[in-house]
Amino acid sequence: MSTLQRLTERLGDILDQDSVITDPVRLRTYDCDGLTYHRATPGVVVLPESAEQIAAVVRLCDEYGVPFVARGSGTGLSGGALPRTDGVLIVTSRMRRILEIDIPNRRAVVEPGVTNLAITEAVRDQGYYYAPDPSSQQICSIGGNVAENSGGAHCLKYGFTVNHVVGIELVTPQGEIVELSDRDPGYDLLGAFIGSEGTLGIATKITVRLSRTPEAVTTVLAAFTGIEGGGRAVSAIIGAGIVPAAIEMMDALAIEAAEAAVHCGYPEGAGAVLVVELDGPHAEVDHQFAAVERICRETGAFEIRVAASAEERAAIWKGRKSAFAAVGRISPAYIVQDGVVPRTALPEVLAGIDRLQEEFGIRVANVFHAGDGNLHPLVLFDDSVPGQGEHAEAASGRILDLCIEHGGSITGEHGVGVDKSRYMPRMFSEEDLDTMQLVRCAFDPKGLSNPGKVFPTPRLCGEVPGVRKGVHPLVESGMAEQF
Amino acid sequence: MDPELIKDCVHCGFCLPTCPTYVLWGEEMDSPRGRIQLMDQHVHGTPVTDEMAGHLDACLGCMACVTACPSGVRYDRLIEQTRAVVEREHTRTPDERAVRAMVFALFPYRRRLRAMRLPMAMSKRLRPLLERVNPTLGAMAELAPPVPGHVRLPPVVRARRRRRATVGLLTGCVQAEFFPQVNAATVRVLALEGCDVVIPPRQGCCGALSLHSGREAEAKRFAKRTIATFERAGVDTVVVNAAGCGSSMKDYAEVLKDDPGWSARAEALRFLDLAEFLVELGTVAERHPLPISVAYHDACHLAHAQGVRAQPRELLRGIPELDLREIAESAICCGSAGTYNLFQPQAARELGDRKAERVLATHADLLVSANPGCTMQIAAAIRRAGKGEIRVAHTAEVLDASLRGLSPQALGWVSEDAR
Ligand SMILES: Cc1cc2nc3c(=O)[nH]c(=O)nc-3n(C[C@H](O)[C@H](O)[C@H](O)COP(=O)(O)OP(=O)(O)OC[C@H]3O[C@@H](n4cnc5c(N)ncnc54)[C@H](O)[C@@H]3O)c2cc1C
Ligand code: SF4
Ligand code: SF4
Repeated sequence: MSTLQRLTERLGDILDQDSVITDPVRLRTYDCDGLTYHRATPGVVVLPESAEQIAAVVRLCDEYGVPFVARGSGTGLSGGALPRTDGVLIVTSRMRRILEIDIPNRRAVVEPGVTNLAITEAVRDQGYYYAPDPSSQQICSIGGNVAENSGGAHCLKYGFTVNHVVGIELVTPQGEIVELSDRDPGYDLLGAFIGSEGTLGIATKITVRLSRTPEAVTTVLAAFTGIEGGGRAVSAIIGAGIVPAAIEMMDALAIEAAEAAVHCGYPEGAGAVLVVELDGPHAEVDHQFAAVERICRETGAFEIRVAASAEERAAIWKGRKSAFAAVGRISPAYIVQDGVVPRTALPEVLAGIDRLQEEFGIRVANVFHAGDGNLHPLVLFDDSVPGQGEHAEAASGRILDLCIEHGGSITGEHGVGVDKSRYMPRMFSEEDLDTMQLVRCAFDPKGLSNPGKVFPTPRLCGEVPGVRKGVHPLVESGMAEQF
Repeated sequence: MDPELIKDCVHCGFCLPTCPTYVLWGEEMDSPRGRIQLMDQHVHGTPVTDEMAGHLDACLGCMACVTACPSGVRYDRLIEQTRAVVEREHTRTPDERAVRAMVFALFPYRRRLRAMRLPMAMSKRLRPLLERVNPTLGAMAELAPPVPGHVRLPPVVRARRRRRATVGLLTGCVQAEFFPQVNAATVRVLALEGCDVVIPPRQGCCGALSLHSGREAEAKRFAKRTIATFERAGVDTVVVNAAGCGSSMKDYAEVLKDDPGWSARAEALRFLDLAEFLVELGTVAERHPLPISVAYHDACHLAHAQGVRAQPRELLRGIPELDLREIAESAICCGSAGTYNLFQPQAARELGDRKAERVLATHADLLVSANPGCTMQIAAAIRRAGKGEIRVAHTAEVLDASLRGLSPQALGWVSEDAR
C-alpha cells in the first residue's frame, strides 16, 4: 500500500464519507484551476468544513510526509492550485460562512471559501463594501485572494488584498492553528503570509476591513482610435495629480471579444477604450470629472460617455469585467499573461507586444489596469493544433521579458504559481531566491505545503515529499537558523 | 457530446455561484464547470460510470449557467446531448428504472394524467408511507396540486374589440390537467388585448419532458406532432404559458436539425412566452387597480432558458397599486425543474427550503411565476417549514384579475391540504 493510500484510510476518522473523494472520475474534475494548460489529477480530494478538520488533515500529511495543496474556487490563473498526483487537495468550497459582521469597527470575519463578492453583498445595505475587486469577484474565494494578494480595477486608489486584510487564522504546515494580526508586534508575518500562494499554510479564517461606499461615483468611457491615444490620456490624468478609483484600458481585439460575449455596446470603431472611474465626495468627483473629460478630448478621444445611473455604470463595466472569459468567444484557448511595467514605459512595451505578434504570428488581446501599469495580454491560440500551446507559451514568456527589460515585474496580481516559477531567476538573483526559501523553510521545513510552486527548482529544505535533504548550507554555516 | 461545444469552456468558474447544486454541496463535480469536465472525460473515452451518471442526473437543467457564462458555452445543448448518452449507455438500478418508466408513461399523456388525479389526491394521506417506500412517490404526493373542476376551452376565442393579432395557444399536459384556470386566464387576457386565440383540441405533449431527460426519439416525435398541429390550425405565432414547454419549443429547429424538411417547418413557426408576446404586441386593455404585494419568482425555463426576465416584471408593474417585490438569489433554481423533484427528491427539497426562506423574507401576499411547477414546489416547502400557506398564481391569472377588475382576494389558490 502506498503512503497516500495509508493516509487516505485514516481520513475517514476526520471527515464524513462524502467529504473525501477518491473516485478517479470525480477526482479529475479537480485537474486544473483557471490555467487549464497545466493539469494533474489529485491523489485525493478533501472537502473540510472547519479549521480543526483542515488541521487534522495537515497533521496526517506531516506524519506521512505527503504534500498538500489548498484550493478555493479554482479560478487562479497561474496554476497555484494545480494538484499533486501524490498528494492531498484541500478544497475550501464548503467553508463559506460569514462568521461576524462588525460595522462599528468596520470588520468582517469570514471563512476562506466565502466569495469576494459575498462579503460586499452582506454589508452593502449598511453602506459598506469590501474594496479589492478582482474581475472574478463573483466566484473567487477570499482564501484564494489572500494567497494571491489579488487586486482589481479599483486597487489603483484603494490598494490590494494586503491593504484590506487585518487578521488571519491559519493552519501551519505542521497542522497547528495560529492567528496572525496586523497589530502583532515584531515581524510582519501577516504581510509575509498574504501573497504566499499557499506555500506557508492554509488560511482558515480571515478578518477583512470594510470600506464605506463612496458618496458619489462617476464612470466615464472614452473611445480612442488607437491604444496610443488611450495611453497618453492615462499619463496625463495621473500627471495632473488625479487618482481615479480605476483606469482600465482595452484594445480592439479585447473589445471585439467583449462585444461578442455581453454586447456591451462600446463605441463603434474604437481601437481602444478607457474606463475611468472617479469616486469620493460629490464636489471632488465633479471637479475631477471635468478635468478627466478635458484631458480625454485633448488626447484624442472621439467619443465620451458618462454613466448616469447604476445600470449604465454596470453596462460599462460589464464589457471590461467579462473580457478574459469572453475571449473564449473569439479563440479556442488563450493564456492570460500578467505583467507590470512603469506607467511611463507603457507605449514602448505595447509596441514591443505588437512586434511579438508579428514575429510569432499569434494574436494578442490587451486588457489592462492602466493606472498602475498592470498589463494583461491575452495570448490567443488553438489548443487542438499540436505545438500551438508551446508556441503561445513562448510568446507569452517573451512578453514577460519585455516587462522585466523595462524595469517591471512578472506578475501584478495573478501570482507565480507553476506557470511563472521559471521566470523567477530572470527577476531575482540566486541570493534573493535563497533568502525567500529561508522564509519558506521557517514555516514549512518539510516542504509539504504546495510544493513545486513559486520557486523554480526543488531545493533547500526539500521539495521532494518525504525526503529531507539534510540541513541547508546556510543553516550549517551558522548564517541562518531554522525555526 | 460535441467536443467543439465542450472546448468553449475556459474553466473560469463564473457559472459556479448560480448553479443550485454547487450552492448546495460546494463540490466541483456538481457544478457546470465540473459537469463539462465529466463530459470531456467521456468524449475522451471514459465510460459512463455510476458516479458520472449521478452527477449529470443531479443537474437540474435550470440553465442558470448559460446566463452566467461570459464565454457563451451552450450548456443547454451539451446537457441535452449528454442526457441522451447517459440514457443509452448507463444501466440504472431496477428501482430507478421503474420510477422513470412510470413518470414517462404518465406525464406526457393527458388522459393518463387525468386518470391520475383521483389517486393522487388520495395518496396525500398515504404520503408518509409512500415516502418510506420510495422518496419519489412521496414527492409526487406532496406536490399534488388541488384538483379543480374540468375546464373545456373552445377551439377559437375571438378578440374583444379590434383584432390586432391571431395566435395559437399551447395548453400543455400538466397545465391543462392540473391548472386549467391558468389556461382560461391566458385566453381571456389575450382576447382582451385584441387577439384571436386558436386552441387546437387534442394537442399532444410538446416533448419538453422527454427532451430534458435524454429521450431523444420520443422528443422528436412529440415535436413533429406539435408542429403539425399548429400548422393545421393556420397560425404562425404560438403563445406558450408554461415556461418548460416554451423553452423546448423554441429549440424545435435544433432538435430536428437532422431532418431539414421538419426543421424548416419548425423555423416557420414562432413560439413565444405569454409575457414576451404581450410586451412585444404592446398592451392596450385597461388595467384595474390590484392592491396586493407580489413576489415574482423567475422560473428557470423562462429566465435562463428563454432570457425572459424583464417582460413579466414590466407587465406586473403596469398594474396600478400592485407592489412588486424581488426575491433574493432570484437566479437560483427552486428545485422543481421539470421532473427533477421526482427523480432527485432530496436535492429538490433542500433547494425548495432555501427558496422558501427567501420568498417568506419578502412578506408578500402572493407568489407569482410563469410555471406552476415552481410555485407548487415553493408552496410545499413553505408548508413543510411550518410557515403556513402562501397564495400562488400564474402571471396570467394576475393580469386577468386586473383586466377584469377582480378583487385581490379572489386571486391565487392554496394547496388542497390547507383547504
Ligand atoms: C476570468 C478571470 C478573471 C480574473 N481576474 C482577476 C483580477 O482582476 N485580479 C486578480 O487579482 N485575479 C484575477 N483572477 C485570478 C483569480 O481569480 C485570483 O487569483 C483569485 O484570488 C483566486 O481565488 P480562488 O479562490 O479561485 O483560488 P484558487 O485558484 O483555488 O487558488 C489560488 C491559490 O491560492 C491558494 N489558496 C486557496 N485557498 C487558500 C487558503 N485558504 N489558504 C492558503 N492558500 C490558499 C491555492 O493553493 C493557490 O495557490 C481572475 C481569474 C479569472 C478566471
Ligand atoms: S443547468 Fe443548472 S443545475 Fe445544471 S449545471 Fe447549469 S446551473 Fe447547475
Ligand atoms: S462560466 Fe462558462 S466558460 Fe466559465 S467555467 Fe462556466 S461554463 Fe466554463
